Amino acid sequence: MPEPLLAVRALDAFYGDFQALFGVSLEVAPGEVVAVIGANGAGKSTLLKCIAGAMRSRRDAILFAGSPIGDEPAHAVVARGIALVPEGRRLFPSLSVEENLVIGGQLGRPGPWTLRRIYELFPALAERRHAPSTSLSGGQQQMVAIGRALMSNPKLLLCDEISLGLAPIVVREVYARLPSIVAEGSSLIVVEQDIVQALKAAKHVYCLQEGRVALTGPTASLTREAISAAYFGA
Amino acid sequence: MEWINIIVQGVLIGGLYAMFAAGLALIFGVMRLVNIAHGDLIVLAAYIALMTTETLGLNPLVAIIVVVPIMAAIGYLLQRALLNRTLGDDVLPPLLVTFGLSVIIQNALLELFTADSRRLNAGAIEVATVPLGAGVWIGILPLLQFAVAVAVIAGLQVLFYRTALGRAFRATSDDQAVAQLMGLDNRHVFALAMALSLAVIAVAGIFLAVRTNFDPAIGPARLIFGFEAVIIGGLGSMWGTLAGGIVLGVAQAIGAQIDPGWQVLAGHLAFLLILAVRPEGLFPKVQG
Repeated sequence: MPEPLLAVRALDAFYGDFQALFGVSLEVAPGEVVAVIGANGAGKSTLLKCIAGAMRSRRDAILFAGSPIGDEPAHAVVARGIALVPEGRRLFPSLSVEENLVIGGQLGRPGPWTLRRIYELFPALAERRHAPSTSLSGGQQQMVAIGRALMSNPKLLLCDEISLGLAPIVVREVYARLPSIVAEGSSLIVVEQDIVQALKAAKHVYCLQEGRVALTGPTASLTREAISAAYFGA
Repeated sequence: MEWINIIVQGVLIGGLYAMFAAGLALIFGVMRLVNIAHGDLIVLAAYIALMTTETLGLNPLVAIIVVVPIMAAIGYLLQRALLNRTLGDDVLPPLLVTFGLSVIIQNALLELFTADSRRLNAGAIEVATVPLGAGVWIGILPLLQFAVAVAVIAGLQVLFYRTALGRAFRATSDDQAVAQLMGLDNRHVFALAMALSLAVIAVAGIFLAVRTNFDPAIGPARLIFGFEAVIIGGLGSMWGTLAGGIVLGVAQAIGAQIDPGWQVLAGHLAFLLILAVRPEGLFPKVQG
């Protein structure tokens, strides 16, 4: 077993008095795609926020490439090579498509992803590069959000519900691009409520239920019944 | 002829108000902070210019190159050390803290410089004029002040829409949390915005101090003029602050012509009128 790129160790997370995560542990190997599934409110987005530094946690609860980063702010975490595609896309409405992408790369981390490569990955964006980001379709906005995160050349890309609010055909189109991202050397954590796409994309799956890991294992080894039980808490 | 002259003078003074307004609009736009101490910081810049001219023997217009970096540094430190701590979901703490800052600045200036009226002397340029034709003469100094104001506003507009720093300002203004995910440290971005705001104030403060007498208590009225120009102009564009400043300046000039006591009142009335018929201002922010 190679040393994991990311190791989450017994992570707890709180919103005020409300505890959202209870001792969650998770590992991602270099080049691996991991799916985190679970019902609404299971703590999936909270887990990604903690990893990305948008929520602070215990310093040694999150190790990235061997370094403890749990207490680092988001702007320092992205400099280390972790990028988040936030739930609901959250593009900058005052910025054009291209400006959204450029600001994603403003730290200047070296790597394979450049504006040109993003436009090759998502050709639909090249034609709309100077359009306001809010004028795009939902699917195209999701492509901008993914491209914006890739522009920081992350070693680990966190995708939060990238299928949310998109037509099934668009979801398939977006998911079809993930292998090219992995091929460039990024690991992926894919968080989804829509488990079909997530399970197809990932080698390893974690199922969260009410802030705890209810089930984990290689995707191939888990039965539908086991996943369903962990998902709904039957 | 007399009215043309009055309107021209109003437009020229409008440039000064636009510079007051630009600094306010910049801060509000980037971090939703309403800086009540803005007017007093303008006066502070005037006193720093006074010290610079007295100790270095510089012309006030040359002293700009000294005062601008000093004010920018004050802005950066003020934001990092104090104002960043007041920002959050609640809009009240920054209001209260900058109000307190306003009182502190006024009293500190009073202690250091007394309540005597002061003025910066820019020399022969103050009385130099050029003919505009048809019997209208324009002072070189008001003309220079207006030209500088236009240059400052144009510079801010370019900075906002054409540079990496402007992109960072707009992104942070749109969504602070996501801007941090892009690697932008919002504390630093806010401090740079405040530094820029006070750099603009430094220029405005010097022109104010050359134009008119100043003392430690005149800050709040400058804050009001700045506010009014921002509201009249709208928050959609830096050019809005210039339009707002000009409307305010012309209204005041016309009021003063009717009766010298009506100068400030006429400005307030123009402001209220715009607020009543076009509350979003002349250049409203387009909702994304």
